[in-house]
Amino acid sequence: MDIETIVKELNLKVRAAGTNLRKNISGGYTGDLLSDVMANSQEGDIWITRQVHQNIVAVASLKDHAGIIIVNSCEPAKDTIEKAAQENIPVMVSDLSAFELTGKIYNLLGKKDR
Amino acid sequence: MHPVDITEKNNYQRSFYVEGGNFTYAGIVSTSIKSILKKMDLPVDLVRKSAIVSYESEINIVSYAKKGVIKLTIDSRTIQIEAIDEGPGIPDIELAMQAGYSTADQRIREMGFGAGMGLSNIKRYADVFDLTSEVGKGTYLKMIINRI
Ligand SMILES: Nc1ncnc2c1ncn2[C@@H]1O[C@H](COP(=O)(O)OP(=O)(O)OP(=O)(O)O)[C@@H](O)[C@H]1O
Ligand SMILES: [Mg+2]
Repeated sequence: MDIETIVKELNLKVRAAGTNLRKNISGGYTGDLLSDVMANSQEGDIWITRQVHQNIVAVASLKDHAGIIIVNSCEPAKDTIEKAAQENIPVMVSDLSAFELTGKIYNLLGKKDR
Repeated sequence: MHPVDITEKNNYQRSFYVEGGNFTYAGIVSTSIKSILKKMDLPVDLVRKSAIVSYESEINIVSYAKKGVIKLTIDSRTIQIEAIDEGPGIPDIELAMQAGYSTADQRIREMGFGAGMGLSNIKRYADVFDLTSEVGKGTYLKMIINRI
């Protein structure tokens, strides 16, 4: 499943698109502690967080995440959007909580395999 | 960044300056290190481990030290990353190594750091982990990822 599909299905607002939203999502990780995400997330994950500071872009780029979704309608900082564009990391915003968004994405990713 | 030649992958050394307290550029050194290793076409699992350990050590310098240097040395057997800083040092290394122990202040925590997991992560992903520190002077952390 690619990012574009998830954006449409879940009504996400795209704040930085990278070169395209066709990047494939292989899994997901939810967390707000950067060293936890650094250690435990996987390449190709969509990262669900409520952190908005630009440091999230370096983490997503180092871990080769498919993209970042910020929850609870929190907006990324201006620096975050600029850096994400440079590093080619899609950043989206959802009005759902981390719990609800994680559940929905988990189900969407599961469906594709069935 | 200067171009990397793939033939350098058995003999490469480079030092990066890290400024304490400046979170605007935090992560830039580990991002450079990852991109150098990728250009050298080193195995992905080694690139991943190197990215994690260099990131955590870079963030610790930015969070706690005045300034520091991260040295990347690659030879045919190892990827060695050294994080050397001038700063307060670590009074009790055993305590600092405990998962969950952190002295990070509010500003650092608000950005998502300060879980007290950085050093444990480095220990988990590096094949050699060697941490020494002198209070009032600084900290020296040597990390080695084996290539063979
Ligand atoms: N270079 C350093 N200089 C001085 N103190 C340090 C240094 N690196 C680590 N410490 C001390 O060791 C503690 C634990 O470090 P560690 O990286 O494991 O966790 P953290 O930085 O607090 O949080 P996290 O890395 O999970 O965001 C720090 O809170 C700090 O007190
Ligand atoms: Mg740390």
